[in-house]
Parts: sequence; C-alpha cells; structure tokens
Amino acid sequence: MSTSLTEVGPAGSGGADGDALLRVTGLVKHFPVTRGVIFRRKVGAVQAVDGVSFSVEAGQTFGLVGESGCGKTTTGRLLTRLLEPTGGKIIFDGHDISHLSAGKMRPLRRDVQMIFQDPYSSLNPRHTVGAIVGAPLRLQKVQTEKGTKATVQELLELVGLNPEHYNRYPHEFSGGQRQRIGIARTLALKPKLIIADEPVSALDVSIQAQVVNLLEDLQNELGLTYVVIAHDLSVVRHISDRVAVMYLGKLVETAARDQLYSRPRHPYTVALMSAVPVPEPVRGVGGTRERRKRIRLTGDVPSPLNPPLACRFHTRCWKAQDICRSQEPPLAELAPGHQVACHFPENTSPAA
Amino acid sequence: MAIGGNRRGKSGGRPEALTDQVDFASGPASSSLLEVRDLRIHFPTDDGLVRAVDGVSFKLERGKTLGIVGESGSGKSVTSLGIMGLHHGTSTKIEGQVWLDGEDLVTAAPSRVRELRGSKMAMIFQDPLSSMHPFYTVGAQISEAYLVHNNVGKKVARKHAIEMLNRVGIPQAASRVDAYPHEFSGGMRQRAMIAMALSCDPELLIADEPTTALDVTVQAQILDLISDLQEEYGSAVIMITHDLGVVAELSDDILVMYAGKPVEYGSAEDIFGRARHPYAWGLLASMPRIDEERVTRLVPIPGTPPSLIHVPSGCAFHPRCSYTELTDGRCVAEVPRLRELEPGHLAACHLTAGQRMEIRGEDIDGAGITREDK
Repeated sequence: MSTSLTEVGPAGSGGADGDALLRVTGLVKHFPVTRGVIFRRKVGAVQAVDGVSFSVEAGQTFGLVGESGCGKTTTGRLLTRLLEPTGGKIIFDGHDISHLSAGKMRPLRRDVQMIFQDPYSSLNPRHTVGAIVGAPLRLQKVQTEKGTKATVQELLELVGLNPEHYNRYPHEFSGGQRQRIGIARTLALKPKLIIADEPVSALDVSIQAQVVNLLEDLQNELGLTYVVIAHDLSVVRHISDRVAVMYLGKLVETAARDQLYSRPRHPYTVALMSAVPVPEPVRGVGGTRERRKRIRLTGDVPSPLNPPLACRFHTRCWKAQDICRSQEPPLAELAPGHQVACHFPENTSPAA
Repeated sequence: MAIGGNRRGKSGGRPEALTDQVDFASGPASSSLLEVRDLRIHFPTDDGLVRAVDGVSFKLERGKTLGIVGESGSGKSVTSLGIMGLHHGTSTKIEGQVWLDGEDLVTAAPSRVRELRGSKMAMIFQDPLSSMHPFYTVGAQISEAYLVHNNVGKKVARKHAIEMLNRVGIPQAASRVDAYPHEFSGGMRQRAMIAMALSCDPELLIADEPTTALDVTVQAQILDLISDLQEEYGSAVIMITHDLGVVAELSDDILVMYAGKPVEYGSAEDIFGRARHPYAWGLLASMPRIDEERVTRLVPIPGTPPSLIHVPSGCAFHPRCSYTELTDGRCVAEVPRLRELEPGHLAACHLTAGQRMEIRGEDIDGAGITREDK
C-alpha cells in the first residue's frame, strides 16, 4: 500500500521537531507469503507495518502500545535494523539508517540497543553473567580504561546487582534479576537510544515496579532515550512522555501522554482504555458485584494478511459509517501535538 | 471452625471464614460447595522439601467467586491443581481436606476423583494453545469429557459440542467444531477451552490465569463470558490470577497468598479498600494505575519472592517488609497466625491495629482499634 506513504503526516511530535534523535517516516514492512518449493511464487504479504511515522526527542520516552499482531514488535525490530524495511525512512541522529548494510550498521549498533521481553530466553544459559554483559564490549572491540571485568562489575552495580556475581550463571537469578542482567548488557556500550520491547511484561507486579524505576533512574542518570513497546496501557502511561497507539500496522493516534490518557480521540484508543481492568471493585445498591461499564469490542483483530480496506478499525468500530469503509482517514492533527486517524473522533468538544 | 459462623449478619451467600485453627474431627460442617481445610502440598526434591502450599483454608458457596492472588511461586496454581486432584501419581505429599459437596477429595479414591473431574469440577488453564491437543479437532476435545461422563453416543456428543461452542460465542460453530486448535485465534481458543470446561455443567469452575495470554480487549470479552456463564449455570468460580484488576472485576472474596501461605483474606472491598497486610499494601502500591492520577514514582516491594525450600523464619514476608522492626523481632521469630481483624476480614501479620493506623493513616483500620487492642 504505497499510498499510505503520502497520506501519513509528518513525524509524530507536534511542532518542535528540531532535536529529534529518531525520526521515522512512512515506515513499511511487508513479509511476503510464498507458495511452492522450487518456484516460490509470492501469493500475498503480511502487512505488519504499513506507513508508520513518528519522531522521538532526545532524553524522552516514546511509548508504542497495541494488541498482539498490531506490528509494534516489528516496528521495534525495524528501528534496530534487525529487519530490512520494505519502505520508508528511519533517520537516527542525522543518519539515514533505513537501508544500511550490516557492516555499515555495525558502528551504529553502539548507539541503538535493545531490551528484550523474556529474561529467560534472551540470556545464554551457558555463559556467565560476566561473559553476557561483557559480550557487547568484546564484539565491538571496545577497550575500556579499567578493563572489561571492572567495567562489567560497574554495570552490574549500576543496575542494582551484586558485582561479585560476575561468575554466576543466569539460572541462579530470579526473573527480575535476569532482566537487570539484560539491561546491564544493553548499557555496556553507552547507547543513546534503547528500544525496550515489553521490558516488564514477563515479571511479577512487585518486580515490575522495581524494573520500571530502574529504567527511569538510568534515563535520568545517563540521558537515555527510550522507545518502549508494550501492551500494558498502565505501564506505558507511567513511563512514557509521548504515546502512540497502533492498530493493524498503522498508527491510529499519537499524543503527549497526559493528553492521550485524559482525552483519547480514536475510538480504538477509547475502547482499549475502557477494557483495562481496574483494581477497584464496583458494587451495586444491594452490595452485589457489578460489572464496570465499558465499551465492548467484538471479535478479534483482523488478519494483517488481508486487512480491512480504508479505515482498518471499521470492522470492530461502533461508529463506523460508509466513509470509513471507502476512504482511509489520514493521521490528522486535531489538537496541538495530538494526531488522530479517524473520520469520527471522540472527545472533540473543547477542553473543559 | 474457630471463627466462621454468620459473619456480617448476611444470610449465607458469600464464602465463609478461613482460619488456620481447624477442627479436623468434624466432617463437612457447612453447606458450602467447596471447603478447603489446612491444605498442604509439598514436593520432595533433591534440594529439599518444597512447601508449595502450606496451610490454606477457605470456603466457597455456589454462585460466588473467590479470587486467589499472588506472585509466581506463591502456590496459587498448585492449590488449584490440588483441588482438582491432579497431583496424584507423583511423589507429591498432600495433607489437609478438600470437601466438595460433602466428599473429601484428598482421601477419595483416584477413580472417584476422576469421575468428579470434568463433571462436577472443571478447570480452565492459562495457555489454551499448550493445553489443547494439536492433533484432535476442537469438537473432539470438547465432546471427550461429555462422552466419558454421560452415557451418550458420538453424534449426541458432537451436537453438544456445537451447542457449547455456540454458547461461548464462537461464530459458525457447526463448521468450527471440526477445526483444529491452530486454526483458532487466541481468544477463540480460550473460548473453546471454556466450552470444554463447561461441557458437563460443573458446579465448581477453577480458572487459572484465564486471560493472562490474551489482549485487553479480548480479556474483557472472556471475563464477561465467564461472568455470564456463572450467572447462567450458578457455578462457583475460583479465579486465580496475578492481575489485581481482573480480581477486582470478578471476585466476591479475595485470598492473597505469599510463599505458599494465605496472608490476607476478605471481601473485594476489604482487600482493595482496607488492606491490612503489608504485602497487600505493597502489591497495590507497586502497580501503575490507569484510573488514577499518574504517580511520579512507583513504590516497588524490595527484594524477591523467597525460595519455597528455604522459607524465611517467622513471617515469610519479613525480609521484604518495611515494618519488621516495629514488632520487637516477632516477625522474624514467630509465624503470624491468620487472625480475624474485623468480621470476615483476616490477615496474618504481627502489626497491631494501632501500628497499622500510624502507618496507613486514620481511615484504614477504623473500627479495628477498639475491638482488637484497647
């Protein structure tokens, strides 16, 4: 869908775009679906990411939320160039990295690092913590002043682990501690930008808070820029400065955190927020349990192999009209810094 | 039972008190559908005895929902597997009593438990993809329990499976019945799983993290479905989850577990409005909330959950608790008993009402002070 390139407006943050560390314009990733063994015919494409634009300012946290299959993880992998984009541009720190070769990307890898979701499968069980955290230094042939071991121990201390655990193996640590090991490894090369893909969703609530606080402390201390990809709306709200909501490969809404959460405009965002269970029991008159009133979306997210035409949300939207089925709504700026791709946005009356 | 009785002046209805002082001599003392008494489930391992569940008691009435919350390793899933009798045939040591409608499942013959499992009690598992058989059609898996427990033919069972799929809201049930699990989306698989669990109208339904693997919009659908079906069938539901939001949404009563032990038990309002145990405070404070003003910083519970082989002395939570020094070493030396602090609201903590009041401010303990201390 090449049209989406032109339809999507300029980068995400409204107005002051000057010091964007990362700028993404019209990012597209289609995974071809093939049939046949010898003659591989292309029979279709999974439109995982289809025209996504946003920008992230230095020192800020950009949150990307959406349900599974909406393309948020693919976007993260494109940003780190673990995947080759089908179209669009990724400009990091003034360099166009959209189609850099692996060799040319290598020096930039120091600046862009990733925190992975699963602290169990993202650490090699046969390597010691020292080897894991020191691996980026070894691979990038970085000589530190005090030597690798001292640097690694410093990193372990920075993320709240005991530096004496240098020679232990991942299985000796709990989930939260393993995630800290992963974060220490991410920090080894002093990156500018960290892509965190569901950094806390595999952790228990009490541990989640520890890791969220650690990420915030590190950002303040080291001036890091984060792109946090998550499905948990409460965590994203807590951690992000700007938030973008994805649905089926497209951004449907992006705004500053408080603006998005207090006045969501896209029906999908509204539905998503009302679906979050709230830890506050609701009782009716007789003391009986009552259900919270919420917008109920029916059905599942459609397949990205064959997404609905025009507005991709129209199959599940309670406000859908004919125009939603025939004309794709552009991502338009409805309020300063608040972009929404909808023909019939919610919460449009002037702020009270 | 030491406490129990008619708490809150309400006639029956809700699950009853829970205590660690249990009168073992008596049989099923109440009309409750399910009564668990001092359940202990231990696993001997090469490294030592794992005390996965260590003294859990509760009662559950028909039509009511009990939420069990706790972090991973707190024993909530092991408790549910213990009730279902799914630990048999292993080296697991089970003590205590599980009365289901007048029958003790712990001492009952495995064949009897097998008869009850799937018909009188059923379970929804967390991950519908790994708990369904990939080689059998969804319909075959739903009708299996129905065939086992009812004297019917395959045709009737198939019809029943279609009806069940219809009831859990799967479109085109008549053709979907022949589909394989991989052809279903996550939400549909969980619906099929619920259909499977409900195929024999169980009186007790245990849902072990039924929505953890699902997206929020689908989670909302599934929670609604469980509520609707509970109303329709009048089943009692045990909802096991680590998500406090899900628990608040569905539960009448809540049991908070830590390191295999119950630490707090009460109505949903008790736990969310007037929690008494520092662990419950910690859980509530550590989660970011979408319904309230954003806090600038989350308050995590320090440390990590303990090993169940080397459970800390005294109160298992004491190494992570901020108020241990207030009790002159009792927290380290003495295991706190689950005490009734106000009718129907129990907590296992050495703090006095006065201390809690100082820590949490006036509104938390209210009436407790006069009753308990002074």
